[in-house]
Amino acid sequence: MEGLERIVKEHPFFAGLEEGFLNLVCGCAKNVRFEAGQYLFHEGEPADQFYLIRHGRIALELTAPGRGAIIFQTLTEGEIVGVSWVIPPYRWTYDARALDLLRAIAIDAACLRQKCEADHDLGYEMMKRFLPILVQRLQATRLQILDVYGAPA
Amino acid sequence: MAPPPEPPVHGRTPPDPMVPCVARVRRRRRDAPQVWTLDLEVDGGDGTKNFPFAPGQFNMLTVFGVGEVPISLSGDPAKPGCLVHTVRAVGAVSDALARLGPGDPVGLRGPFGAGWPMTEAAGRDVVIVAGGLGLAPLRPALYQLFAGRARYGKIVLLYGARSPDDILFRREIESWRRRLDIEIEVTVDHASSVWHGHVGVVTTLISRADFDPLHAIALVCGPEVMMRFAITALRHSGLDDQSIYLSMERNMKCAIGFCGHCQFGPVFVCRDGPVFRHDRVQSLLALKEI
Ligand SMILES: Cc1cc2nc3c(=O)[nH]c(=O)nc-3n(C[C@H](O)[C@H](O)[C@H](O)COP(=O)(O)OP(=O)(O)OC[C@H]3O[C@@H](n4cnc5c(N)ncnc54)[C@H](O)[C@@H]3O)c2cc1C
Ligand code: FES
Repeated sequence: MEGLERIVKEHPFFAGLEEGFLNLVCGCAKNVRFEAGQYLFHEGEPADQFYLIRHGRIALELTAPGRGAIIFQTLTEGEIVGVSWVIPPYRWTYDARALDLLRAIAIDAACLRQKCEADHDLGYEMMKRFLPILVQRLQATRLQILDVYGAPA
Repeated sequence: MAPPPEPPVHGRTPPDPMVPCVARVRRRRRDAPQVWTLDLEVDGGDGTKNFPFAPGQFNMLTVFGVGEVPISLSGDPAKPGCLVHTVRAVGAVSDALARLGPGDPVGLRGPFGAGWPMTEAAGRDVVIVAGGLGLAPLRPALYQLFAGRARYGKIVLLYGARSPDDILFRREIESWRRRLDIEIEVTVDHASSVWHGHVGVVTTLISRADFDPLHAIALVCGPEVMMRFAITALRHSGLDDQSIYLSMERNMKCAIGFCGHCQFGPVFVCRDGPVFRHDRVQSLLALKEI
C-alpha cells in the first residue's frame, strides 16, 4: 500500500495533494498493466475507472463508418485518461488503446465519487484538478476543429 | 491562349529592388499534398550563382504572365548557390509556381525582411514551434543551429501537422531525430490507427518539452491562430514576451516599405518583419483587421 501511495503522490495530477485526501484517493486505487494494443475501454461502456499513466502511451480513438479508427489524441506518462467518470451518465465516449506496454494506476470511479459526495472538500479539490484538464482539452479541440493547417477555402 | 513571352535575362538582382532578376528552376519535388519545393538558381550574370540570405527572409517570386507572391527561403543559408522555396498551391500565383518544372524561368526579387534572431539565440536554449507550412521558413534557422551546435544550449523542435501525410520534410526530420543533441517532437491533429506517433495539437507538446524558460528563446511560425495558442503555452511555461519571436504573413506588393500594402498597425511586415519579437506586435495580434 505504501508503494501505491508514493506512486499516487508523485503523479503530477495529484502533486501537492494533502495527506488526508491522499489516503482517501488511495483507498480507491490499484496498479494496472496493459499490453501494447490492448484496449483500456470502449465507447459506450460504463466509465467506472480513470487512469493515471505511469509509463507508456495511450491512443484515444473514435470509429467512423467507412473510415476505421481515427486517433484524435495520444496521452503519455504523467497524464490522466478519462474524464467521463465525473459527468453523468458515466459512460466512455471514445475508445482507449495502449500503444506500448502501459503501466497505470486505476482509480475506482464509483468509490471516489462516493467519497467526494461525503466530503465536499475532497470533491472541490478533485474539481480544481480536473477542470484545467477539461479546459485544456477543450482548447485543443477548438484548434483541431478550426483545422488551421487545412487548405484555405 | 499564346504562352507569355520569355522575359529578358538580367542576371542577379539588379540594384533596383523593384526589378526582378530571372532565376531558373533546377529541381522540383513534392513535399506534401499541394506543397512543392523548388530549387532555383540565379542566372549567372556577374559570374556567381551565390545569393546570400538570412534565415527567415523571403523573396518575391514572379510567374511571368500570372503574378508575384512572397515566398520564404527554406534552404540552407550555407549553400547560397541553391535557392530553395517551399510553396503551397492555394491560388493563382502559388498554383502556377508549384507547377513549374526544371528549366522554367521565375522572376525573383529579394531577399527581403528581418529574419530570425540567430545572434540573440546564442548561448540560450532554442525552442522552435512550427505548424504546417510554418516549418519551411524555420528550416534555414535549424540548419544554422545545427551547423553551430556548440554555440547554443538545448535545441527543441516541436512540429505540428494536420495528418501524417502532411508532415513536411519528413525524411529530413527523421534524420535529424537520429541526432542525440536535439529534442524533436512531431504531432498531428488526427491520424489513422497505423500511426504510432503523437496525436494532439502542437501546443500540447510545449509543457512536456525540456528547456530552461529563463534562458530560452522561442521561434514560432505557423497559422496565426496556432501561433496565438503556442504563445499562450510558452508564456505558461515561463517564457517572457521578449524571448518569443514569430513570423507574420500579410499580403504584399512592393516588399520594400513603399506601398503600405503589408501595413500592420504601425509596422510594415515586409520591412520591419516578417519576424517580430512578440512584445512588439502583441497588441495587434488579436485584432481581426487593422
Ligand atoms: C513573408 C511571407 C512569406 C511567405 N512564405 C510562404 C512560403 O514559404 N510558402 C508559401 O506557400 N506561402 C508563403 N507565403 C504565402 C504566399 O505568399 C501566399 O499563399 C500567396 O501570396 C497566395 O497568392 P495566390 O495568388 O497563390 O493566391 P490568392 O489568389 O492571393 O489567394 C488564394 C487563397 O489563399 C489564401 N491566402 C492568400 N495568402 C495566404 C497566406 N499567406 N496564407 C494562407 N492563405 C492565404 C487567400 O485568402 C485565398 O483564399 C508567404 C507570405 C508572406 C507574406
Ligand atoms: S509590401 Fe509594400 S510596404 Fe510592405
